[in-house]
Amino acid sequence: MDYSIGMSVIGAEKDSMSQEKKIIIKNFTFHYNSLQALRNINLDIQPRQIFTIFGPARSGKTTLLKSLNRLTDLIFGTRHAGTILLDEKDIYDPKQNLTQLRRRVGFVFDLPTPLPMSIFDNVAYGPKLSGKTKKCLNEMVEKALRSAVLWEEVKDRLQTSALRLSGGQQQRLCIARVLALEPEVLLLDEPCSGLDPISTASIEETLFQLKKDYTIILVPHNIQQASRVADRAGFFLNGDLVEEGPVYQIFTKPRDKRTEDYVTGRFG
Amino acid sequence: MTQSIAKILIWMAALSTIVVMVLILFQILREGLPILHLRFFLESPKSMGREGGILSTMIGTIALTAVAIIFATPLGVGTAIFLREYTRESRISRIIRFGTDCLAGVPSIIFGLFGFVFFVIYLNMGWSILSGGLTLAAMILPTIICTTEEAIKTIPYSYREVSYSLGGTKWQTVIHAILPNALPGIFTGIILSVGRSIGETAAVILTAGSSLVMPTSLFSPIRTMAVHFYILAREGISMEMAYGTGATLILLVLFVNTVANGLLNRYVRHRS
Repeated sequence: MDYSIGMSVIGAEKDSMSQEKKIIIKNFTFHYNSLQALRNINLDIQPRQIFTIFGPARSGKTTLLKSLNRLTDLIFGTRHAGTILLDEKDIYDPKQNLTQLRRRVGFVFDLPTPLPMSIFDNVAYGPKLSGKTKKCLNEMVEKALRSAVLWEEVKDRLQTSALRLSGGQQQRLCIARVLALEPEVLLLDEPCSGLDPISTASIEETLFQLKKDYTIILVPHNIQQASRVADRAGFFLNGDLVEEGPVYQIFTKPRDKRTEDYVTGRFG
Repeated sequence: MTQSIAKILIWMAALSTIVVMVLILFQILREGLPILHLRFFLESPKSMGREGGILSTMIGTIALTAVAIIFATPLGVGTAIFLREYTRESRISRIIRFGTDCLAGVPSIIFGLFGFVFFVIYLNMGWSILSGGLTLAAMILPTIICTTEEAIKTIPYSYREVSYSLGGTKWQTVIHAILPNALPGIFTGIILSVGRSIGETAAVILTAGSSLVMPTSLFSPIRTMAVHFYILAREGISMEMAYGTGATLILLVLFVNTVANGLLNRYVRHRS
């Protein structure tokens, strides 16, 4: 468990952009009632990169992701220790405005979750809540749909129900819905888990486009995806961050035996 | 062998439901329909209801039901939202739920007695639309709470999570993600309650009175159609008129249900 602390430093030496840090996670521990989901996590996330969190099921990936915009607050009986800094401000500060935090840190769930309303209303949901005017909304919706590479497919039927879209389209709609908030960080929890290879490819393409402006943290639905899209990767196992570093290093020269076993397919 | 016996029994159960309903409808409509002319709906009762129509009782029924729904819906929906969204399963929510369940089991005459003592006498509202409406509101409250809660329960957790993750507050989540999806269920509760209010007799006779005069305000006493029917039949004033009133009552409930269902279907289709 000592690995995690040293690793980010070693990883940083290899990376010229290491000075800038969007998110700093320090000694973060998380419990669901008596179940410990995360153990003493230390991790820095740099802006304009795709960071991928991978590991077997129940290793704490989703918990970490949900902690980053405090969606874990919705669950009863959780507790945490340690700090998470976003732009050097503690997100668990009691004075932290939750609404604002969740607008800055967008979340895409593992299954497409369109709300039962029109395509337009789905994308406009977030901006509407923050009191954007109608005129403004049209522009924002188009921009968000374009960024999620969905505009061309739906521009003629924005008023039809979002439930009629295909699975891949629905997931891109969910990404558009988050982009409409104009967030700074994008959290994606296995966004391609229910999708076919073609939809997956178009979502990965979308992520590449988005990387220029956003800090992206992705839980991939398989290791191949992690190696395809990510700049850096962190391997989680049973609530521990085993190892973290540039993606080529993690997948070709992992330092930890457990990472190597997982990456080479010996377990998992 | 058991298969076919089970099948026959189940068929018979379903069939007897239909038979009972058809028999009631047939009896009331056969006796009542010949009375129903336009004048029957446009005139108020004359000489204790022996002659004339039932206009004032129709107005009374509709006013009373409207008051009951207007008071009970926000209270009931609010309680259901509180129980589902604003509190976890706790002692408080269990006490509230126990209270609603008890309220649902209280016989309507007890509500009538309560309404008489509290609204009519203590609050000095007299026999009036308001007293009767508030009494009915208390009576239908459990139905609305229960159906709304059931409707909210069926809404996927992911809707809430999505709404919060897009920066929604709790209130915004309730308004934009929960209520629109619970609306069909809430509507069902309201329709059931309308049916109960329109048909209620015991509680109404004690709280809204049995005056045949056309009401002029919320404080006017009234006689509802159900009460009218009861008095006409009980005191042997006119069985003919009683059946006419009964038929109108049934048609009114059918009409309300049909219109409400139509609206509901349109709403559901519009959303998907």
